[in-house]
Amino acid sequence: MISFHLNGKPVQVEVDPATPLLWVLRESLGLTGTKYGCGMALCGACTVHLEGEAIRSCVAPLSRVEGKQVKTIEGLSDDLSHPLQKAWIELDVPQCGYCQSGQIMSAAILLSKIPKPTDTDIDEAMSGNICRCGTYPRIRRAIHRAAELAKDKAAADRESPVNEYSAAEAGR
Amino acid sequence: MSAPAMVDRRTFLKTATTAGGGLIVALYAPGFSAQEQTPKPDPIRPFAYIKIASDETVTIVANHSEMGQGVYTSLPMLLNEELEADWSKIRVESAPVDAVYNHPMFGLQMTGGSTTTAAEWDHYRKLGAAGRTVLVEAAAQQWKVPASSCRVEKGMVIHAATSRKASYGSLVEVASTIPVPGDVPLKQPKDFTLIGKSTRRLDTPTKTNGTAQFGIDVVIPGMMTVLIARSPVFGGKLASFDASETLQVPGVKAAVQVPSGVAVIAERFWPAKLGREKLKTKWDEGENANLSTTKMLSDFSAQSSAPGSLAKKVGDPQAALASATRKITAEYDVPYLAHAMMEPLNCVVDLRDDSCEIWTGTQFETVDRANAAKTAGLAPEKVKIHTTLLGGGFGRRANPSSDFIVEAVQVAKAAKVPVKVMWTREDDMQGGWYRPMWHDRFVAGLDADGNPVAWTHTIVGQSIMAGTPFEAFAVKDGVDSASVEGAADLLYGIPNLQVDLHSPRIGVPVQWWRSVGHSHTGFSVEAFFDEVAHAGGKDPYRLRQALLAKQPRMLAVLNLAAQKAGWGKPLPKGVGRGIATHFSFDSYVAQVIEASVEKNGNVRVHRVVCALDCGRVVNPDTVKAQMEGGINFGLTAALKTEITLENGRVQQTNFNDYPMLRMFEAPSIEVFIVPSEEKPTGVGEPSVPPVAPALVNAIFAVTGKRLRRLPIRASDLPGAGVNP
Ligand code: FES
Ligand code: FES
Repeated sequence: MISFHLNGKPVQVEVDPATPLLWVLRESLGLTGTKYGCGMALCGACTVHLEGEAIRSCVAPLSRVEGKQVKTIEGLSDDLSHPLQKAWIELDVPQCGYCQSGQIMSAAILLSKIPKPTDTDIDEAMSGNICRCGTYPRIRRAIHRAAELAKDKAAADRESPVNEYSAAEAGR
Repeated sequence: MSAPAMVDRRTFLKTATTAGGGLIVALYAPGFSAQEQTPKPDPIRPFAYIKIASDETVTIVANHSEMGQGVYTSLPMLLNEELEADWSKIRVESAPVDAVYNHPMFGLQMTGGSTTTAAEWDHYRKLGAAGRTVLVEAAAQQWKVPASSCRVEKGMVIHAATSRKASYGSLVEVASTIPVPGDVPLKQPKDFTLIGKSTRRLDTPTKTNGTAQFGIDVVIPGMMTVLIARSPVFGGKLASFDASETLQVPGVKAAVQVPSGVAVIAERFWPAKLGREKLKTKWDEGENANLSTTKMLSDFSAQSSAPGSLAKKVGDPQAALASATRKITAEYDVPYLAHAMMEPLNCVVDLRDDSCEIWTGTQFETVDRANAAKTAGLAPEKVKIHTTLLGGGFGRRANPSSDFIVEAVQVAKAAKVPVKVMWTREDDMQGGWYRPMWHDRFVAGLDADGNPVAWTHTIVGQSIMAGTPFEAFAVKDGVDSASVEGAADLLYGIPNLQVDLHSPRIGVPVQWWRSVGHSHTGFSVEAFFDEVAHAGGKDPYRLRQALLAKQPRMLAVLNLAAQKAGWGKPLPKGVGRGIATHFSFDSYVAQVIEASVEKNGNVRVHRVVCALDCGRVVNPDTVKAQMEGGINFGLTAALKTEITLENGRVQQTNFNDYPMLRMFEAPSIEVFIVPSEEKPTGVGEPSVPPVAPALVNAIFAVTGKRLRRLPIRASDLPGAGVNP
């Protein structure tokens, strides 16, 4: 039995601890937003967060996450409110969409570390994520846009610290 | 078998050229009942496509698969332009398999040939207009007023004179009993409110929070996960196997022989994978065990020096060559390519005594249903296919033999439980059905002024249609139109032209791959054209301009791309500029690429300028996205990928040895759409063919080195670079 925190909630699974986290998430826990693309840490489709770092869940054995915090695309926000999700929707980034959970999860770590990334920062953080549909130009633009949205939100939150909800509404 | 009376030979030929040959002929394909094949989904049945709920949600049924090209938004846009429901209430779902959902051009339910918008342009608008008409009629009858005195707005029928309003949801029950009028006039383009306006995709939210459902995400009760051990050589047969160690892996339930090999049946993916690794198999490898692409490369070249089956002849090319001032010869090569959709193949099957239910991302529903039914021993009506979202298609998910679906039905038969057959990346990469390897040999003759007066082109490569049920109709006089498209229909005004074709039969399964035959002719024709221009002392853009004088639409995109790219303006040192055009899927594309070569021979692509004329545009932002995506797809083919075989074995396995373009290599892309009032034409594929030639032409411009073989290798350009 392995226990860890998934998207903020404790979970326990009874699976061979050598099983890659990807398959535990998808098959045992029913969270299919995390995708399989290569199984060899080559494509990034399976990217999730482990303790605030982006990892390739296809090569991370379940035992590695014991007692730790794991976040998947399903845990990014409840309501598409994450700046990356907003930017992705605004710029219509996805085509087939299959790689996009991984792209967004990689980008989220980038923004958490570098709130205003340069193109070079984006190249470095995002080159582990393949998009066969070739949405790279839009991913790049959307990351820049999300950085702006996050900055605007932070500013709005500062101005109206007691009523975050109305600040968000007003900004709409 | 003769063609149905309603399709005359001209229509046949036209459509055949349009869509790259193969798919069209499905119209006449044997093995599918007349009822499954209708030349047109007539009469208009709006409520087969429009479902209006009491909460005013309007669900539009999409008869084409969403594989990234945006049809789950553009089809609703077409329909709602006429229906005028509240756009915020629009939902989409995929169609079940039924003749009412057939492709209006091809008479089969399918997605391909970059034809969705062209084929559905009238049909979906007529559906919307018919739906609106009967909804208005229902309100008018209820209010006892003439229908002509009512108008519609955002899902409401309004009678202004009496200030009455009724919602579509309240009217639909009565409306669906009212006979649909034969011919409802459609809006004039000047009155369009949706068509032509960039509209956010309806599927984007689900693709940013993990809820979009692809085939690989489907789970049904009692389902087992299956991996298959297949022959290491195409066409090899299982001789024997030993599953004793496999069966010891916890979670593995069984290992059974199926026609393609051994199916390892397990509770989940991981045990299936571990179990398959422990399986011992022996194969009768058969006649393909010696296949070698190295040998094929020289065989193809040797074959190309003899004339093949004639695909096109204009004037007297041999005489013109004989009297030319100068002759130029060149040979071009492109490799087998895998589609490498981001979502590897998979298929879920629930097979019962008298029914078969299938969940998968497919582009070929009618064909799949017929093939699945045959495999299951059931009537086609007993087979249900749920088309999920496709994690990329690029042609692979329209397989004439429905390989990945038929195999899954075979597994379900053997397993006697519901199954999800998964393909690992390696299975998918090595599983065949590649873009054919092709060789193109050219001889051109120039006159004293350096203008080309003769152009001969010999093509060597496998026919995609050969060996399929469509061969008898697609291959005429030894020529598969898909092999010569983009070559035999050359737009340049060269007075003497000849194209001929050798179609060797080789045991590697081949299939259409984004842009089909254009994926080799676009490269070879446009790169060779550059050679011809330089040999004659002409600027490659100006020579194209001159020879496209009678092709106004291509000329316009050429000029637009050249102007936007600043053709002729100085570039930073070490950067070269290349240009190419290509006509495919009835659309006109020109691209200018700026690239440089690093000291180690690595190519850097800096900027791509793309101009396109695809007739009327439905969703401009989606068209731009398809250009961007197709350009990056084309760059991967130009710079990165090849499938090679030695001893009959595919040598590539995963993205380590079949690498994709990545973020740091992706250039800046600018897309310009020529405004047009012509009928809509293809968008998904036409951006791919000009990429590789524009790139090699740019590399020539900066290094003086001609590259005639893809993918481009750093070793082709030793010391060519000027940048560190
Ligand atoms: S599936 Fe994990 S990196 Fe590709
Ligand atoms: S959107 Fe299709 S692979 Fe990225």
